[in-house]
Amino acid sequence: MKKVLTGNFAAAYAAVAARVQVISAYPITPQTTIVEILSELVARGELAADFIKVESEHSALAACIGAQAAGARTFTATSAQGLALMHELIHWTGRARLPIVLANVNRAMAPGWSIWADATDAVSERDTGWMQIYCEDNQEVFDSILMAYRIGEREGVLLPTLVNLDAFFLSHTSQVVDLYDAERIDAFLPPYRPAVKLDVADPRSFGALTSPDYYYEFSFKIQKAHEAAAQAITETGKEFGTLFGRSYGLTEAYRCEDAEVVLVTYGTIAGTAKVAADRLRNRGVRAGVLKIRYFRPFPAEDVVRILGRVKAAGVVDRAVSYGQAGPFYTETRSVLPGAGPALTGFIAGLGGRDVSVADLESMFLQLREGKPSPLVWIGVKP
Amino acid sequence: MKPKIRKDGTVAVEKTGDLPDMPVSMGSMKSNKTASWRSIRPVIVEARCKRCMICWKVCPEPAIRPGDPPVVDLDYCKGCGICIAECPFDAIDSEKEGK
Repeated sequence: MKKVLTGNFAAAYAAVAARVQVISAYPITPQTTIVEILSELVARGELAADFIKVESEHSALAACIGAQAAGARTFTATSAQGLALMHELIHWTGRARLPIVLANVNRAMAPGWSIWADATDAVSERDTGWMQIYCEDNQEVFDSILMAYRIGEREGVLLPTLVNLDAFFLSHTSQVVDLYDAERIDAFLPPYRPAVKLDVADPRSFGALTSPDYYYEFSFKIQKAHEAAAQAITETGKEFGTLFGRSYGLTEAYRCEDAEVVLVTYGTIAGTAKVAADRLRNRGVRAGVLKIRYFRPFPAEDVVRILGRVKAAGVVDRAVSYGQAGPFYTETRSVLPGAGPALTGFIAGLGGRDVSVADLESMFLQLREGKPSPLVWIGVKP
Repeated sequence: MKPKIRKDGTVAVEKTGDLPDMPVSMGSMKSNKTASWRSIRPVIVEARCKRCMICWKVCPEPAIRPGDPPVVDLDYCKGCGICIAECPFDAIDSEKEGK
């Protein structure tokens, strides 16, 4: 079944399709409509889930942690300051290996108070053990949430996932979304059955004091889980393509085969960059786009393989790590060998500033000039 | 998960692969003794004890089992001394550990 849905409704309907059993969230713009529709569906008896009302995002994730530890498939959603308030429990979820899925509508961190798109909120959660996906369109939001449960719940992975969608560009913009049919989704995503859970018949301590004798190994296991996840993402993305007609990977390479210049980017900017690449190709510039879907686990192999073939590449970040450069730029730089392509880091679109096709065309053309720079601010006022 | 239990009741895991994925205890609190850092132990003096069970009620652990007289479970008592302070009959002595 196809419907015209905003990104937020696509996220909510994905949670419904995944048959989540517990939802806990706190409203924050621009995420609010995700949990608004879910609470309505629960209230009308159309969704067999418990909706736990709480007084903050910190409590929302705490409620999800308890429910997921007890064996329930859980879902939550937030943005910016709400995600920051969850931060302590974001770490907890990752280290407790609870495959919760969180839809984060990327919004700029305050102050200045902003409700517009910026990925700095999610990037700030980089080192928590969560997987992170950045979506280009509403269909990808729906598909990514379904796959996030399947991948996260897999034995040897057991990791939570932050599914990111850009504020307003996706959250409040309507597109056609294929919701498939329930039986096929149920076959793809069987019920969550964790090997270890909170159980009065088998009492255990969860997350208790862990001495230096063991903490180190638990950290090592999280790294191994991310390595296993990279494999699981590739396999599940292919299987999803067979079942539903849309395949996914850690990255998506667009017209990169013969490209002389490639822009690496993520989220909605990737869609605009594809249009810019098409236009430049009509003018004889062999441009390509490498869309990073997963920031964690970071797709090092894809980046090296695809950028290894090009003369010059750039990374467009709608986020910044102050005192250094764009976070996706530094990550990309870190995996490339010394003889890799000349790499430029572009900062664009912070706080919801529009990143136009013309902006991206200018970035592609700048790459051809052969003067790479780690930090170029696009469109900053003189 | 098949934990190896040491003679003192604690769990020994030698290989990373034998650890669970998440920091979860290998068994219930029956095998996880939590009193190793106690510096004083409460000793209930039977002659002065009136069996009021206030010590049982105030113990936050709870590491006192009601009885005649009540019994301190030294596998879990942290030696916080609340029972000693609260006993209205001064029937619980404080004894230093490791003497």
